Amino acid sequence: MPKHDSILQTPRARVKHLGTARAGTRDLWEIRLTSFALLPLTVGFVAIVAMLAKSDLAEARALLGAPIPAMIMVLFVLASIWHMAVGLRSVIVDYIRHQHMRELALMANLCFAIGVGLVCTYSVMRLSFIQ
Amino acid sequence: MAEANSSPLPIEQRRPLSPHVQIYRWSATMAMSILHRVTGVALYAGTLLLTVYLVTAAGGGVAFAQVSRFFGSALGQVILFGYTFALMLHVCGGLRHAVWEAARGFDPVSRNLLAWSSLIGAVVLTALVWAGAAML
Repeated sequence: MPKHDSILQTPRARVKHLGTARAGTRDLWEIRLTSFALLPLTVGFVAIVAMLAKSDLAEARALLGAPIPAMIMVLFVLASIWHMAVGLRSVIVDYIRHQHMRELALMANLCFAIGVGLVCTYSVMRLSFIQ
Repeated sequence: MAEANSSPLPIEQRRPLSPHVQIYRWSATMAMSILHRVTGVALYAGTLLLTVYLVTAAGGGVAFAQVSRFFGSALGQVILFGYTFALMLHVCGGLRHAVWEAARGFDPVSRNLLAWSSLIGAVVLTALVWAGAAML
């Protein structure tokens, strides 16, 4: 808790930004939705990575640039970053009690997830369209 | 938890806090629950492995060769094996939660069975993935 907290603080002020009961089920729904989508996508992802294991650059580029693997890869990445951003947000609000640190961590979480999503999607698109 | 004394209220007005993990005897469900969160965070960091691979594959040349050599090295293989196991454990944990969300498997026998089978399932799936990758 920040230092300026006192007995004068209202109960509402003390729990502000900590999440509400009404919004709580949204996280559950998003995690459930994305994990459902990720089940088949993970099978595809693991199959692609297994095929990439012994590939040289030319083979890797050909595989990742092919339509079906590229689409599986992009969908896997997008579902993953959504899933992991919501998941880590709950870890952050559970463990980081200092308000400013928590807000920084929440911002970093979102920036990391969006960054990973953008870079991975751009790379796969590039392999698909610019060989 | 850690900052239990930071409450502005006098001690007699504070609400009781729940005891945390260190007070309980370990059970299979508790261990798998904690491992689910730990593997989730590990997989979060692990997305960087995929990012680096895709970027260098798209960029090509020397960087890709270096990344491939790292993934092929002993350390790289250990990291990839750990990533595979974390992924499989998290997937099995997700399936376990799917059973619970259907409001089934809460009795002591079923929940222990679910916890153990998700661990064994993850071990088996990891072995299958690596055996499959080796045969390709």
